[in-house]
Amino acid sequence: MLLGFIQGLYIVAGVLFILSLAGLSKQTTARMGNLAGMVGMALALIATIIHSVNMSATEPDRLSPVVTLLLIAAVLAIGAVIGTPIARKVEMTQMPELIAAFHSFVGMAAVLVGFNSFAVAEGHGDAVHMVEVALGVLIGAYTFTGSVVAYLKLSAKMKSRPLTLPGRNLLNIGAFLLFFALMIWFVIAGEQNATLGWVLIIAIAVIGFALGFHMVAAIGGGDMPVVVSMLNSYSGWAAAAAGFMLNNNLLIITGSLVGSSGAILSYIMCRAMNRSFISVILGGFGSDGGKVSSGEEEQGEHREIDAAGAAELLWNAKSVIITPGYGMAVAKAQYPVADLTAKLRAHGIDVRFGVHPVAGRLPGHMNVLLAEAHVPYDIVLEMDEINDDFPGTDVVLVIGANDTVNPAALDDPNSPIAGMPVLEVWKADNVIVFKRSMATGYAGVQNPLFFKENTQMLFGDAKQRVDDILKALG
Amino acid sequence: MRIGIPREPGGETRVAATPKTVAQLIKLGYEVAVEAGAGAKSSYPDADYEAAGATIVDRASAWTGPIVAKINAPTDDELALLPDGATLISLIAPARSPELVEKLGRRNLTVLAMDAVPRISRAQALDVLSSMANIAGYRAVVEAANEFGSFFTGQVTAAGKVPPAKVLVAGAGVAGLAAIGTAKSLGAIVRATDARPEVAEQVQSMGGEFLAVEVEQQVSTDGYAKETSDDFNRAAAALYAAQAKDVDIIITTALIPGRPAPRLITEEMVASMRPGSVIVDMAASNGGNVAGSKPDELVVTANGVKIIGYTDLAGRLPTQASQLYGTNVVNLFKLLTPEKDGELVLDLDDVVLRGMTVVRGGEALWPPPPVQVSAAPAAVAAAPVEDPEAKAAREATEAAARGKRRLVASVIAAALVILAVTFSPASFVGAFTVFALAVVVGFYVVSGVSHSLHTPLMAQTNAISGIILVGALLQLGSTNIAVLVMSFIAATIAAINIFGGFLVSYRMLSMFKKEA
Repeated sequence: MLLGFIQGLYIVAGVLFILSLAGLSKQTTARMGNLAGMVGMALALIATIIHSVNMSATEPDRLSPVVTLLLIAAVLAIGAVIGTPIARKVEMTQMPELIAAFHSFVGMAAVLVGFNSFAVAEGHGDAVHMVEVALGVLIGAYTFTGSVVAYLKLSAKMKSRPLTLPGRNLLNIGAFLLFFALMIWFVIAGEQNATLGWVLIIAIAVIGFALGFHMVAAIGGGDMPVVVSMLNSYSGWAAAAAGFMLNNNLLIITGSLVGSSGAILSYIMCRAMNRSFISVILGGFGSDGGKVSSGEEEQGEHREIDAAGAAELLWNAKSVIITPGYGMAVAKAQYPVADLTAKLRAHGIDVRFGVHPVAGRLPGHMNVLLAEAHVPYDIVLEMDEINDDFPGTDVVLVIGANDTVNPAALDDPNSPIAGMPVLEVWKADNVIVFKRSMATGYAGVQNPLFFKENTQMLFGDAKQRVDDILKALG
Repeated sequence: MRIGIPREPGGETRVAATPKTVAQLIKLGYEVAVEAGAGAKSSYPDADYEAAGATIVDRASAWTGPIVAKINAPTDDELALLPDGATLISLIAPARSPELVEKLGRRNLTVLAMDAVPRISRAQALDVLSSMANIAGYRAVVEAANEFGSFFTGQVTAAGKVPPAKVLVAGAGVAGLAAIGTAKSLGAIVRATDARPEVAEQVQSMGGEFLAVEVEQQVSTDGYAKETSDDFNRAAAALYAAQAKDVDIIITTALIPGRPAPRLITEEMVASMRPGSVIVDMAASNGGNVAGSKPDELVVTANGVKIIGYTDLAGRLPTQASQLYGTNVVNLFKLLTPEKDGELVLDLDDVVLRGMTVVRGGEALWPPPPVQVSAAPAAVAAAPVEDPEAKAAREATEAAARGKRRLVASVIAAALVILAVTFSPASFVGAFTVFALAVVVGFYVVSGVSHSLHTPLMAQTNAISGIILVGALLQLGSTNIAVLVMSFIAATIAAINIFGGFLVSYRMLSMFKKEA
């Protein structure tokens, strides 16, 4: 009866998780979705605690129920004490790093759960279980190092340039083949010989660690939105694999939900960059600036504008579109940008934001930053919604964006970013580009936008310059 | 070095420097000497020049140089005042005045023509043709409005309905675009034509409607219009004839550098216009685009059409025109004074300066070698244009091939799944069923997600994938010390994930606010 009750709680939790993700797909229901997830998690934890304590009370070879309960309480307390302040204090600009770091936790947990599941076979140590353990450990290990590398790259503790080892695809394939061989060996021999089994499963984990490190290290900074959502997907598959090992349906449901939703997000990102998923995974993109044929030739001269000139242009405009990019996040310019928006709107100017799907280092990164700075979300539009409006717009402010506003993507079939949909800012009457220098973007492609006749460059730190414009507006 | 700014003789209202630009010239290291009363007609009193740091001098002193900047080409009297070795900066129109160029070349002078700036992006800051054309285009509309007997904008009043004026602008260069914008902002319906089809977008950006002449045309490679083919001229004439009957105002701006202006509007077209209509011929000084236009005169035809041929349109806005001209001059001096030390350096390797230099030290340098510029992307026509039908067919076959590949892949995947499940124990089958369904549910639940919510969604799914805590907690009661330690670590980091993930997702969501 108790087991039935626990299963009932699990099912309710699983349904709540589905509702949670469904709710998060729309602004109006997002908060409900968040709440549903929390409630689902609480129910799942209550059920698990009952289950675990019950097991301790009824089964041999377990710690006493009181000790089990204390350990669980300790775990939750530590989790809350560490997790809550992180979540409270994290800067929205650091969200990509945080999420990547969290993914690594799930990966590591999956590896450890896999090891445990091998050590205590929980009554079904058959071949299927052995395969599940091997797969779970591999995916977990892969997610762990992959996320750690992503975290290091995103927090600029590691160069975001892709690591391109010679024959890297062969290396990956070789590692996979090695994994399959080890897994078969593990399934056949691991059960009888515990020592050999441990050696094999640890070897599998090492392969997973190496693969995760190598694959993410090979991916350039510009592809980070895809990588983060891909790792999100992997962390889900790792949880699902753990569910298979432990024969726990809730873990399977939740893991596969997260896994498939992460995969969809990655797919959406790839489509926004007009890249195939495979080419992103294989990495090596956005390596070195300027080696590209179309980026080499003399593009002409750029014109500069000062903050006062930009302020005047803005004040006399009727409609303004702001297209932010990663540079805005780096400069933490979202607050002055929001102030500028409020000021211009109070003056009767129609100000809107155009956000490219892969702007920033995380899907939807710009939206979060702007929301943080209290920009109403209904004036923050997606690329498809706003692209037709540029021709009638007086001024476009390009703040820290580069590849996502590059006309070469449409005009130049030889460009490495050819065919990627971009914000067509150059169709507006005036374009002001905030940039630190004339350097190229992550894709290493020169941007003809800077040399268009209606484009003016405003050099310097984006935050500083926006502040200057605010000052000039008085 | 000293820059002299003389007063312009005759009816010229503009001056080559304003108090504002004088200050900028002084910043570049120059001294500036302004002839008394030079800015009077542009509403810049001598006192303002003095306040800006210039000295007020008499006519002879202003001409002693060694640099003289002025508006119009020098007269013989003025040339006599200019000492040998001096540098003169003014409008010269070297292509149209060979005898002046020859005369200048006989003297030991250096002459820079402000109206011979190559049309490249970098040089726009000193291109007086652009800056003056902009003013002239504006003024042309104002002159037309002054002579036109009705509103430009349509109105519905208690005294009846007023239709909007219809304006046709021939030639969409700088002047044409300025005229389009001005007429549009007065409320008129504005149409425009141009021999260069690539300017359609610019016309539309100013609020005008582009009337294309339906004939094959080459794309301009130097930014200026070229003379047109016969086919084109016939088609254009038909277009103008039709428009002349319909519109109230025609503004013609068609100029081809170094050639007489093309005749766009014939006598018959003028005769077909309604009485009270106004034509502004901005090319009147070069022979005129309109039959019957006279330079500097307002001609009224027998059928009551007014043809304005003023050639001093820019000069009719003297304050503004002087300021823009003066700024162009300052920008030229910026190029000429790389060290900002008041010493003029004429670098003939710079295509901009080479293009403007008519005479240097008595050596005639006109005409300069041609400059190829990227005013228009030359490769537009070179891009392979696929026949739409062939393209549709190709896309259809590609889609079919893709569909086939997908079908094959699905069948193989399904077969593998069936095979795997057939040879699996019952417990796995149950788990696998749940797995397959959950994957599909996840796919549908997330595929409609709003772009702006990607980050919170990711934080949420991340928190949810902390569910692996459940697995770790179940292992936590183990008496095996290794298992106990590992599950404790696993459970702890998963717990961090759960608390952190949900909270951060909550924090982000509460920041998203709709406008109150």
